[in-house]
Amino acid sequence: MRVPYETFEHGADIGIRGFGDSMEEAFENAAVALYSVMVNVEVIGSREMRRIAVTAPDNELLLVEWLNALLGLSDVERLVFSTFAVKIEGTSLTGTAWGEPLDRERHEAHVEVKGATYHMLSVTVYDGRHVAQCVVDV
Amino acid sequence: MDPKTFHKISDYLWEIPQRGEMRVPGRIFASEKLIQDMDEKVREQVTNVAMLPGIQIASMAMPDAHWGYGFPIGGVAAFDPDEGGIISMGGVGFDISCGVRTMKTGMTREEIMPGLQTLVDQFFSRVPAGVGSEGLIKLTSGQIDEMLVGGAVWAVQKGYGEKDDLEYIEEHGRIAGAEPEHVSAMAKKRQYREMGTLGSGNHYLEVQVVADIYDEQAAQAMGLRKNDVVISIHCGSRGLGHQIGTDYLKDLAFAATRFKLPIKDRELASAPINSPEGQRYFGAMSAGINCALANRQIITHLVREIVADVFPKGRIKMLYDISHNTCKVETHGMGGKKKRLFVHRKGATRAFGPGQIDLPQEYRHIGQPVLIGGTMGTSSYILVGTEEGMTQAFGSACHGAGRAMSRTQAKRKWHGRDVVRSLEAQGVMVRGHSYSGIAEEAPESYKDVVEVVEASHHAGLARKVARVKPIACVKG
Repeated sequence: MRVPYETFEHGADIGIRGFGDSMEEAFENAAVALYSVMVNVEVIGSREMRRIAVTAPDNELLLVEWLNALLGLSDVERLVFSTFAVKIEGTSLTGTAWGEPLDRERHEAHVEVKGATYHMLSVTVYDGRHVAQCVVDV
Repeated sequence: MDPKTFHKISDYLWEIPQRGEMRVPGRIFASEKLIQDMDEKVREQVTNVAMLPGIQIASMAMPDAHWGYGFPIGGVAAFDPDEGGIISMGGVGFDISCGVRTMKTGMTREEIMPGLQTLVDQFFSRVPAGVGSEGLIKLTSGQIDEMLVGGAVWAVQKGYGEKDDLEYIEEHGRIAGAEPEHVSAMAKKRQYREMGTLGSGNHYLEVQVVADIYDEQAAQAMGLRKNDVVISIHCGSRGLGHQIGTDYLKDLAFAATRFKLPIKDRELASAPINSPEGQRYFGAMSAGINCALANRQIITHLVREIVADVFPKGRIKMLYDISHNTCKVETHGMGGKKKRLFVHRKGATRAFGPGQIDLPQEYRHIGQPVLIGGTMGTSSYILVGTEEGMTQAFGSACHGAGRAMSRTQAKRKWHGRDVVRSLEAQGVMVRGHSYSGIAEEAPESYKDVVEVVEASHHAGLARKVARVKPIACVKG
C-alpha cells in the first residue's frame, strides 16, 4: 500500500516525509507526519480550524516555513492538527489546518518538536509522486 | 572514524590538520575508542566550522561529539569580531541555553528514603512537564520583556527563589546584551504560558545520591559528602528559545548569502558579529539565555517548596547551574594578549578554570562546577574546570552522553512500562508523562557517559569530583 506519510530515523532526531499526487498534497501529508511525531494523529478531531499564510523564496524553504508556522500556532493555542489543505501559488502558501485542543491522555502525546530544520530538506518528485521531507529537532 | 586518519597530538587529542579553505585546524578531544565510534559527519562538520571567518585557534569537538545541525553537538568555536568573526545560529542550536542545575538538599540517602515516593509524586504533579504543559505563572508581553532582560534575577525579584541562588549561576543569573526587541512576537507568545515548565524529550528532574568522591578538596568546597542527596533539573528555554532558533535560522541563512560567507552547509546560518543581522541574533539569543535561566529558577522555587512540604529538615541550596547551547562574550588570553571573543558552545558546557571572576567565592580556588547529565538509569558526574581547559578549549567541556540509538529504534526495542519496571528493579523510581517518551529515553539508547567523562578528565578539560547516582527521575 502506498502510504501518505512516514517518519524516518535520523540520529537523535526524526525525519518526516509526506507524499502526494501534487506538491500541495505532499505538504499536507508532511504536516500529518509532523504531528505523528508528537501525538497519535488518528484520534485528533477537527473541531477547530486555523488559517496560515507563509512565503519563502523556494519550495523547500516554503515547506519549513509551513511546518514551523504550524508548530508555533500549536504551541501558542495548545492545539493539535491532523487534517490540512494547502494551496501554493509561486512563493506563497496558504494553508488550512483542522484539529482540536491538545488532550495529553487521549492524543497520546509523547514528545515536543522544537523546530523543522533545513536538514535532509527536499521537495521533489520521486517515482511519479511528490515528496516533501525534512528532519525535525525533538 | 578511523583514528589513523587524524594527527594524534596525545591519547586524548586528535587533530584534523589545517588545509584547503580551513583557517585553523580541527581538534577533537576524545579517547581512541570514542574517535572510533564517532560518526564520520563530526569530521566534516568540524572542518566546515574551521572555514568560518574570524575563528580562533581551532574548531573543536568535545568527547561526546556527534552530528548536529551545522556545528556538531559538542562543537566549540570562538570568533574575534575584529577579524571579521561571525556568529552562527548553527553554533547554538534550537534549545538556547538548555542546561543542568544541581541543588543540595541538606539530607542524606537514609533521611530521604522514607519520604522519597511522596516527594517524587509531588514533583510529578506539581512541576509542569510533558507536551503542551502550562506553567503556574502566566506572563503578559510587558513582563516577558522584563524576564528576557532579567533572567533568574528577574525570577528572584518576583519571589521565585532566594537571592543567594544567583551566585551559583553562570553570569550570576543574568546575561548582559539581551535585546527583547529582536525577539519575535511569536516567540514571546509561545512563552506566555510556558514559564517554569520542564519540557519533554531528554529533559528531566532527578533525585540523586552522591555515590563516589574523587576529589575531596573540591567536593568539600561544593559542600558535597558521600551519601548526600542532590536534585538536578535538565531543561531549557522552551517555546521561546525554539522560536528564536527557527526565526534566526532563516535570517542568518539569508545573511550568510548576502555577506558571501564561505558556508558549506546552510544550517551554519551565520552573519558577521559586526553586522545588523549578527547583532540582532546576539541580542535575541542572549534574551533566550535569560529565559532559560528564569525557567530553571522558577522550577527551583517549586522544588524548594515541595521539598519543604515533604521534609521539614530539607533545605534546598544551589550547587551550580550550567548552560549548554550558547554564544557568550568572554575574554581569553591568547599568546600573552587578552582577546574579547564570541565563544559558541553547542551541546558543550562552559568549564572555567580556577581564579575566574565569574565564579562564586567558595569555588574560585577549585574552578567552575561542570555538571554532566547521565540518563535515567546511569550516573551523572560533577567535575570542575581546569587551567589547562582554559588554554586548550576556551574553558569548555562535554555536556552528556549523547544518543547511541535513534528514537525509533529505541521505541521498537523497548516498551516504556518495561523500562520503568527495569529501572525500579535497579533502585530508580521513574515517573513519566508518556510511556513512549520513556522508551525513547531508555538508558541503553545512550552512549556510555563514563567513557565521555573519563575522556574529559584525561584530556584535561575538566577534573572529576564526584559521581551521583539517580534514585528517582521525573521525565517530561
